[in-house]
Amino acid sequence: MSSKRPKSKEARKSKGKDKSNETNPTPDGGALESVTSPPTGHPDYIFPLVLTSATQELFGCRADEDVTGENPYKLLKKEDIIKDMKTRASVSDFSPVKQLVLDYPEDELLLVFDRDFTYGQSFYLVLTVEAKENILKPSVEGDEEQMKEEEVEEEEMIIPKTPVSHPWISLGSEQEIEEESVTESRPRLRYKISPLLRHCGAPVCFSDRSALDEKEGFVECPSYQDKSFSIREMEKHTAIQASCDTKHSSTQTLWKYPKNMWTQYEPREFSPEEKEHHLRSEHLKNFITSVLIRFEISLQQNYITDVFCDDWTVLCEDDGMLAGKTETQLKEYQTFMDLHFSKEKTISHVHWHPTISGVIAVAMTERLSLEERIDNSTKLLLNPSYILFWNFTDPINPQLQLECPDDVLCFQFCPSDPNIIAGGCMNGQVVLWDISAHVERLQDTRSSSKNISNKLDKNNVTPVVRYCAVSGIENGHKAPITDIQWLPETFELSKLGIPVENPSRISVQLVTCAPDCSVLFWDLRPPRVVSHSLTDVKQKSEEKPLENPHGVPNTFKHLNLTWKPFIRVSLPKIGSSGEYSPLKFSLRDNTVDSPTGDKPPQNTDREEGCGFAQLRVPSAKQQKPLENISTKLYVGTEEGELVYTDWKMEKDNDSGRLLSTKPIHRFPLHDTLVNTVSRSPFFKDIILTVGSSSFAIWKEGVTNGPILMSAFSKKMLTVGHWSLSRPAVFFIGKEDGSIEVWDLLQNTHKPSQSQNISSAGITCIRTSSISSKQHLLAVSDCLGTLHILQIPWTLRRSSNSEKQIVRKYLEKEEERLEYFEKRQIKHEKEKKEMEAEQQRKKTEPVLPLKQEEELEAEALKKYEQFLALEKDILKNMGLLNEMEDSSDIHLRASAADFTVYNDDISTITSMKSRPIKGHLFQAANQKALLDIKGLWDMTGPIARLSCSQMLTDALDVYHREQVSLRTHICAAREISTQNDIYPAEECRV
Amino acid sequence: MAEVEDTLKRIQGINGVIGTIVVNAEGIPIKTTLDNSTTVQYAGLLHQLTMKARSTVRDIDPQNDLTFLRIRSKKHEIMVSTDKEYLLIVIQNPAE
Repeated sequence: MSSKRPKSKEARKSKGKDKSNETNPTPDGGALESVTSPPTGHPDYIFPLVLTSATQELFGCRADEDVTGENPYKLLKKEDIIKDMKTRASVSDFSPVKQLVLDYPEDELLLVFDRDFTYGQSFYLVLTVEAKENILKPSVEGDEEQMKEEEVEEEEMIIPKTPVSHPWISLGSEQEIEEESVTESRPRLRYKISPLLRHCGAPVCFSDRSALDEKEGFVECPSYQDKSFSIREMEKHTAIQASCDTKHSSTQTLWKYPKNMWTQYEPREFSPEEKEHHLRSEHLKNFITSVLIRFEISLQQNYITDVFCDDWTVLCEDDGMLAGKTETQLKEYQTFMDLHFSKEKTISHVHWHPTISGVIAVAMTERLSLEERIDNSTKLLLNPSYILFWNFTDPINPQLQLECPDDVLCFQFCPSDPNIIAGGCMNGQVVLWDISAHVERLQDTRSSSKNISNKLDKNNVTPVVRYCAVSGIENGHKAPITDIQWLPETFELSKLGIPVENPSRISVQLVTCAPDCSVLFWDLRPPRVVSHSLTDVKQKSEEKPLENPHGVPNTFKHLNLTWKPFIRVSLPKIGSSGEYSPLKFSLRDNTVDSPTGDKPPQNTDREEGCGFAQLRVPSAKQQKPLENISTKLYVGTEEGELVYTDWKMEKDNDSGRLLSTKPIHRFPLHDTLVNTVSRSPFFKDIILTVGSSSFAIWKEGVTNGPILMSAFSKKMLTVGHWSLSRPAVFFIGKEDGSIEVWDLLQNTHKPSQSQNISSAGITCIRTSSISSKQHLLAVSDCLGTLHILQIPWTLRRSSNSEKQIVRKYLEKEEERLEYFEKRQIKHEKEKKEMEAEQQRKKTEPVLPLKQEEELEAEALKKYEQFLALEKDILKNMGLLNEMEDSSDIHLRASAADFTVYNDDISTITSMKSRPIKGHLFQAANQKALLDIKGLWDMTGPIARLSCSQMLTDALDVYHREQVSLRTHICAAREISTQNDIYPAEECRV
Repeated sequence: MAEVEDTLKRIQGINGVIGTIVVNAEGIPIKTTLDNSTTVQYAGLLHQLTMKARSTVRDIDPQNDLTFLRIRSKKHEIMVSTDKEYLLIVIQNPAE
């Protein structure tokens, strides 16, 4: 029902409009246009109108009179409007709505006063019935409601009211919905679609197809650089690993194997022809002559002076010698004297201990004559004499006593073992001691004197060492042994006296001599047991337990009382029967190195006491004879002779016995016994012998006599000893207790100094060098006192060249000897000639006179020759012209013959010619060395040479001093006459 | 020839002279007063030394030349004189 209503309304409305339009087209035309022009903003059912006041009055609807704001509605009647429109036509205000009014179905139209101009005009006309009703009623209701609402609002403020549902009012929307909705007007069409049946399930066949064939077969998406990803690189991490490449390489070296090769070259030499050729060459001649002078000068320079001589050192040496002169005397250092043992006894021998310094051994003998000795023999036997050992640390007590069977005249330490001492007794026995048990005592005292002195105080007994062995009386010397010496350890002697090698390097042999005309050689080793019978051996073995009663070391047990010398050298006199009686001897120091060159084995571990017993005499065949050892010895005899002999034995051809050779030389020189035969420690062939009144120095090999022979001394000389440190110095001891020091470099005719040491005669002198600054001289005297003297600096220090100088001196002396000998021979010859001459003279006495004349004539001839030669020389030199020649001759006619000696040059220059003579004369006169002598012998080449050399100068002098020359010659004549040198007639002017 | 020998004898006669050797420029001895081995040794060695000395002198001053060389040893003095073709060597013991 509702949907019908709006439709009708609309239709009515359109009708109404159409009506008005159709009915009032003219009057309303203008109005309409005016009305329609502002159609904005008003719904379709309203039409705003402007009503003129006349219209308002006609219709009774004046503004604000009929219609007010509170009552705007006025219902107009359709007829009135149509009438008005017809009366007034186009002027009517309703003409625009004429149609609408005509279409309006009802009789009354509603006009609404629009006071507020809501729709633009002061009035609007509602064109529809529904809108008229709506406006009239709701507006009333609305107003009321509005009023009420205001009231309600005022009330709602207080009481909320729930909305009340209103019934739906259709306003045409349902039609629109109906138009929009789809409604099926017919049944739906139905279609069925399907594929062809034959295609269904049919096999599908695929095949390759080139994408390029068809246009859009593929889509290519090529890569491109996307700008959005191009980022700048700011930091970079990099790393590098270095590694060397492995390399393989190889090389090949040549193998040099050792090869034996040699090469020899020889110097190139010229053949004799070539040499000849060279020697003949002119060039060589020129060369040699050109360099000759240079060489001569240099050679002479060297000969005259030593340019490279160090003056400073030479000066030093001289200075030293001078400075040392302040202290030249021997100074007493120490004196040893034992009240008990050595008083009133003569010291026969003194020896320094060879290894321990400051220890000295002294041998004593009784001062008795032979008769006294015989008388007191028993007493002497009961009081054995001793060898005393002194030490510097203890001047009162001797350190050691060696008991002797008899007085000992000489003793010596064994060179290879200083603990073994061999001594020669007065009774002809050889004694041996072994002090090895007491060495410590000797050494100890040296180191710690205090302890020893204390010890001595305690026991106060000097140990007495008994001798180990004594030689057999019947086989030994028959006279006191005056000298004893060990053979050096380097060699030993065979039974024939031939020196052979000593394999053990221990001195086992010693030599003794006694005035019983023999020199004996002893061997320490036990003799070969061939001769020993069984009983002997047994006896020995039985003896053994009994031995050693006095604590004697049995070093030489095997020798005791049975010891025999193995060589006996007799000294048969030369030219006459009998034998020399030796007192002293001297062997040549044969310190020859062993041929093998081995060092001697040091047998320090020699067992106590049995070393020598174990040593055996080796068989002669095993030993090598040493050829370079001299077997000669000098022997000083009782008769004052020096005998030079050989100890080698010779086999006598007739008997086959061994005989000693005859002495080689014999020098009867000293008047009485020779007390010293001593070799110089520096020159092995120089020997000093001292007799009682003189001493002599000999040289081995010089057979003419002594090199030096001293003058006879007023006092007896008792001993001589070489200095160990200076080759030129030796000491001579005298009977009056003084010592002479001889220095060959200072004086040979008198001692360089003499000094009194003791009141009694000197018996023995021995030197020793304790240190380089202390050299000591041990001097013993007849009264049993041993003086130890200090050798002054000058006597101990030798200059570097001293040995050489001394040697030169000795050589010169030797030459002198030879010269004298030659001269002697010459003299003898001359003597013989003279005798022969005399004999002849006797037969022919006239001849010599003639000869004299002849000689004179000869000399004159020579003189003439010389003058001619001189003239020639002068002419050759161009120094003599005719003028001078004449004057020279003139002068020469009155010339005298002079000889001028010039001692400085030590040459005799003989001058004949005037000018030369004058010159030399003058020169010599100045030196006051003038001697004038008549001279005839002018033939000497030297004189001639010097003449020519000096001619130049002489002539100059001559010209200058022609006048003064005469006076000189006059003066010379005067001198000669005054001094009576030569008769005046020989100086003819 | 005689002159050369005379001169050499004269030198040899001077005091202290031990030996005299004449050597050619190559160091080969021509005349000597010493025994063969000594001569050869002296000649060879002194020739070398002299040549060295000469070259030294010449190197220092090319216009200069060595004329005389004296060697003083502990025991001897050796004098060498040179020229183009020959050397004369004299050995002397100055201490005599």
